[in-house]
Amino acid sequence: MFTPMIDDCHQPIIETENISFSYRDQKVINDLNFTVKERDFVGIIGSNGAGKTTLLRMIVGLLPSGQGSIRLFGQPIRRFKDWERVGYVPQKNSFNPLFPATVREVVLSGLYNNKNLFRRVNRHMQQQCDDALEVMRIQDIAGKRIGELSGGQQQRAFLARALINNPDLLILDEPTVGIDAETQAGFFELITHMHRHHHMTLLMVSHDMDMIEGYLGEKPKQKNGKIEFFVRHSHEIQDCEVQDLQHSLS
Amino acid sequence: MAIEIILSDFFQRALAGGLLIGITAPLIGIFLVLRRLSMIGDTLAHVTIAGVALGFLINLYPLGAGLVFAVLASFAIEKLRKAYKSYAELSIAIIMSGGVALASLFFTLGMGYNTDVMSYLFGSIYTLDTQDLYVVGAVTLVVVVVITLFFKEFFLLSFEEDAASVSGLPVRMMNMLITVLTALVISTAIKIVGALLVSALLTIPVAISLLIARSFKSSVILSVVISEIAVVGGLVIAGVWNLAPGATIVLLLIALLILTMAGKKGLST
Repeated sequence: MFTPMIDDCHQPIIETENISFSYRDQKVINDLNFTVKERDFVGIIGSNGAGKTTLLRMIVGLLPSGQGSIRLFGQPIRRFKDWERVGYVPQKNSFNPLFPATVREVVLSGLYNNKNLFRRVNRHMQQQCDDALEVMRIQDIAGKRIGELSGGQQQRAFLARALINNPDLLILDEPTVGIDAETQAGFFELITHMHRHHHMTLLMVSHDMDMIEGYLGEKPKQKNGKIEFFVRHSHEIQDCEVQDLQHSLS
Repeated sequence: MAIEIILSDFFQRALAGGLLIGITAPLIGIFLVLRRLSMIGDTLAHVTIAGVALGFLINLYPLGAGLVFAVLASFAIEKLRKAYKSYAELSIAIIMSGGVALASLFFTLGMGYNTDVMSYLFGSIYTLDTQDLYVVGAVTLVVVVVITLFFKEFFLLSFEEDAASVSGLPVRMMNMLITVLTALVISTAIKIVGALLVSALLTIPVAISLLIARSFKSSVILSVVISEIAVVGGLVIAGVWNLAPGATIVLLLIALLILTMAGKKGLST
């Protein structure tokens, strides 16, 4: 039914095939087959211990995928090398708050990937860092220690770090935990803007049902165990020929 | 008299060795402290002593034997750490007691050399010979080159290991590299301050810099500067008043730490 051109518009970004995960005897993820397509926004909802974070960690290769297989951008995860295409914002408590690092140092570290190994931090990288700081509107606190910031500012810093490579896939693990409601709303606004107006695919774990349902609809597209997947594409399938610029104008 | 000591050959060699260790100890120490592995220094130091004792026993270059022991122990710690994932300190405790047990076994096997081994326990920077100096120099070169090459990657690894992993960095290799560098630094540093005090040189300069520095880069530079001040100051004090240099260096570091804490408190009130 579709022409090849339309197909191209919806490349699979993440594909999981029969992946399972157990904690001791408890199976949290059971034979999950799931595909995230280009420019999808996928919200993952589930109770504590449902395996949401586990799933994200499997997708970014931090946990083994067991018997099943995971492909990123069409490549098996073991052979995947283009990590600069993936922005990952882990849970808030994943770093030591007393660590002596400035916001600038943290944001810049988003560029420290396998491709930049043995490469010195050059002017171009500094410029990329400036841009990311500016987009997140945190350039005025760039010199502050990361631990001194409020939860919302820290989250902006980590998002800036994930965005510095201009990734095609952005993965967020409960990005709004421990942040006040107003800041949360602003943060979500920012993320949905990126989904609608930038060429970006998003995968987000959240506990905020209202937020997810408000943007992604009330019906989950798929369920696995206690995990529910809510999906919204940034445009209708028929609109595939519409160019990116027009996307951003709509 | 004091000037004569300071200008003498043995003191100059001590100073050169001390300055070199003064660079490497905090440089590796900062990554250990930030990754909550401060105690690894103590453990590797005890194992090194076992190696040194064996070296004396079978007539091998003691520092070399100690170095090999420390590297082997660092591999064992990594291995045990994986076996007991949530008990990181357990592997350190096991290897530490193993090291002490081996050292005392070798002591009793070779009663005659107790005084020589003592010099490694408490440090004997004045007995540093030219060969020792070459070894310390080579280790310093290796440490500085590796850390310069991987500085930004080691930063990310210490800040957030998961992020380093998701960036496609060779995390396992980098962890191993840090552990081996630690073993190299400790086995050479024990000649300077002694096995019992080597941890101080790795951790206290870093502890002080963490109180003052804002950025990672400045805390690295600051900890090296502090450690060099303590090494030179401690050596001069020890030389002039005929005291144990290991002790004066460490006590000077603790004094600097107390002063910094007091100064910070004074500023904030």
